[in-house]
Amino acid sequence: MTSLLSVQDLSVHFAVKRGLSRKSADVVHAADHVSFEIEHGQTFALVGESGSGKTTVARAVLGLNTPTSGTIAFEGRDLTALKRGARRDALRDVQVVFQDPYSSLSPRMTVHDVVAEPLRAHSRLDGRELNARIVALLEMVGLGTQHLWRRPHEFSGGQCQRIAVARALALEPKLVILDEPTSALDVSVQARMLVLLEELQERLELAYLFIAHDLAVVESVADQVAVMYLGQIVETGAAEAVLHAPRHPYTHALIASVPSPDPERRSELGVITGEVPSAIRPPSGCRFHPRCPFRMEICDRVEPEPHDAGGGRLVACHLPDDVDLDAPPEPPAAVTEEDA
Amino acid sequence: MPDLLEIKDLTLQFNSLRGTVKALDGVNLTVREREIIGLVGESGCGKTITGLSVLGLLPRPQTEVTGGQILFRGDDLLALGDRAVEDIRGRLVAMVFQDPLASLNPVFTIGNQISRVVRVNKGLSHAEAREATRQALASAGLRPDDELLDSYPHQLSGGMRQRACMAMALSCDAPLLIADEPTTALDVTIQAQMLRLLLDLRDDLGIAQVLITHNVGVAAQTCDRVAVMYAGTVVEQGLTAEVLKHPHHPYTMALYDCLPQGKKASELHTIPGSVPDLIDPPDGCRFHPRCVHAMEVCETVKPEPTRLTEEHWVACHWAEQQPGAGEGVPA
Repeated sequence: MTSLLSVQDLSVHFAVKRGLSRKSADVVHAADHVSFEIEHGQTFALVGESGSGKTTVARAVLGLNTPTSGTIAFEGRDLTALKRGARRDALRDVQVVFQDPYSSLSPRMTVHDVVAEPLRAHSRLDGRELNARIVALLEMVGLGTQHLWRRPHEFSGGQCQRIAVARALALEPKLVILDEPTSALDVSVQARMLVLLEELQERLELAYLFIAHDLAVVESVADQVAVMYLGQIVETGAAEAVLHAPRHPYTHALIASVPSPDPERRSELGVITGEVPSAIRPPSGCRFHPRCPFRMEICDRVEPEPHDAGGGRLVACHLPDDVDLDAPPEPPAAVTEEDA
Repeated sequence: MPDLLEIKDLTLQFNSLRGTVKALDGVNLTVREREIIGLVGESGCGKTITGLSVLGLLPRPQTEVTGGQILFRGDDLLALGDRAVEDIRGRLVAMVFQDPLASLNPVFTIGNQISRVVRVNKGLSHAEAREATRQALASAGLRPDDELLDSYPHQLSGGMRQRACMAMALSCDAPLLIADEPTTALDVTIQAQMLRLLLDLRDDLGIAQVLITHNVGVAAQTCDRVAVMYAGTVVEQGLTAEVLKHPHHPYTMALYDCLPQGKKASELHTIPGSVPDLIDPPDGCRFHPRCVHAMEVCETVKPEPTRLTEEHWVACHWAEQQPGAGEGVPA
C-alpha cells in the first residue's frame, strides 16, 4: 500500500535580493533534501528550533511554497506535477491548523462563517444541511450552538484553536497539518487540546503532520519523529526510539536542553554553545559541526548521508552508532576519537 | 536582617470600561538575598503585574493599589514618591522583559542604550560609561568588542538581544533582578544557555532574582524557591522541591499533572472549566469552581496562608485539613 504522504528529496530555496539594485541575490536554503513518509492514521512529528525548516516543509505540502526540487506525493499522486485546479481538488484531503488562532481566524467572520467557508467552496451543502453539519463539527470540538454567531475576539485562545480545528475537519480530510497547535496555549489548555486531537484522530482515522518545538508535547502525541536542523532532517524514526535513545548529537542536545519539571532530575543547561548559523551560508559538511561536541575532522568536509541505524531509524551523522552521546569527548580528544 | 523584598498582601485593581478588574488579591511573596524565586502561573494570573508593581511601572491612571506593602530591605516602596522610586528603579531593582526586540530601542546602538542607563543612574562620564557597558555585556556572556557596542538591535540574534537586555539590567549592579519570561521567546538550546546565565549571576555575582515564568520546567531547574499564582493570588510557596514534588494546593497539583512528561495524550490530566474573569471573580477561594476538593467553606471564605514547614505555605481550606499540615517540620 502506498503511503498517505510521501515527500522525497524536497528542497525549498528562497532568493533574497540585496542592495539598492535588487540584483545580487542570496539563497536561503530553507529546506534541503527532506524525505519522509506518513502512513494512514499516523502522527508524524517534525521537530526543530526556529528556522530549521519545519514550517517551510508543511507549506510546501500545502502548495503555499513552490519546491525547488523533489516530489510530494499524496496517495501516490505527485502534487508538484499537478496543475493548480487539480492540486486544489487533491488538497481537499489535506487541511491545516496554524499556531496563532487569533491571526488564522478572520476577526470579521462569525464562527458559522468560518466553518462554512470550506464547505461552501468544496461541497454542495446549503441551508439546513449546511447548518446541521456546522453544528456537528462544533460539537465534535467541544463547542455548541450558542457559539455559532460569535466572532473570534469573544473566545479564549483555546476556544479559537478549537474553531480552527473544526474548520480543518469540515471536509473530512485524511491528513491534518498541525503547525505548533498548542504553542500559544497555557499548559492546562494545551493538555485539553492534545486530548481532543487524540480523540479526533481515533474517531476520524486522521493522520497528523504535527509540527512542534516542544519535545514533551511531541512525545505525548507522535508515532514517528523527524528532527530538523538548518533545513535538513538529521534523525528520523519511531518517536519512542528517537526521543528516548537519540543517535544524533543534535537530537541528544535538544532533549538534554529541555528543562525537566522534576526538580530532582537536573537538566544539562547550556551544553550546546553558539547559535543556529545562517541558512544563507550554511556550514560546510555536516551543518551541525560548528556546535557539535563530537566534531571530527571529517565533519566540516563531508556531508553525512542518512544511514540506517537499525529499527527503521535514519541518522545523518559520521559518528559510529555505538558512541555514548552522554559522554562528549574533551575538545582535544575529538581527533583521536575518529581514529579509534 | 529584613528580607531583600517582601510583598505583603498586595491588592490592586484596574478600572476599565467593562468594570473593575480585581487583578491582584492579596499577593504575598518574599525574596531573600542571593536566591532565585520562581513566580509560576498561567496567562492572566498576575505574575507580570506583581513584577511591575515592584518597579513602580504600573499603568496609570487606571491602576489603583487598594492595600498591602512592598518592602525593599524594610522600606515600603508604595509609600515613596515618584522621584524616590525612580532612584530605586535600575539601581536597586532591575527588570528584563519577555520580548527583547520590543524592549530595545531600534534606532540606537546597543552601546549607546546601555551606557546611557549607566550615565543616568551612576553619573559616570561617557568614557567611564562605555567601560561599564563593556563589563555589563561581559557579565551577560557577550564578547564586549566595538562591533557589538556599535551594532543595532536588529543586527543581533534573539539570544544576543536578550543577553543585551540582561546586560542593561546588570549595568547598575542592582542586587535584585526581576526577569519576566526571559526565555519564552528563545529556542530551547538558547533557553538552556540563558538559564545557565541566570544561575551564574546568582552564584558569581550574588544577584537575587524573581523569575516570572509559565514554564514549570524552567522554574524546577533554576529556582531555589517557587511561588505558584492563580487568578491574582499566590496559592502556594516553598522550596522548589517541596512545592513541585509534594504540592499541597489542588491547583499546583493539577497544573503539574497537565504537563506531558512522557505521558501519552490520552493519559493527560486536564483542569475542568477555565480561568475566571477577574471583573467578577468567584467569592471565597478563587479556584473553588474548578477545584476537585472544593468544600462549602471555599465558596465564601478566602483561605489564608497556612505554614506546612518552615519554608512551605499554602492558602487552601482543604490542604489545611490534610494530615501533615501545620505540624511545622523544619525544612
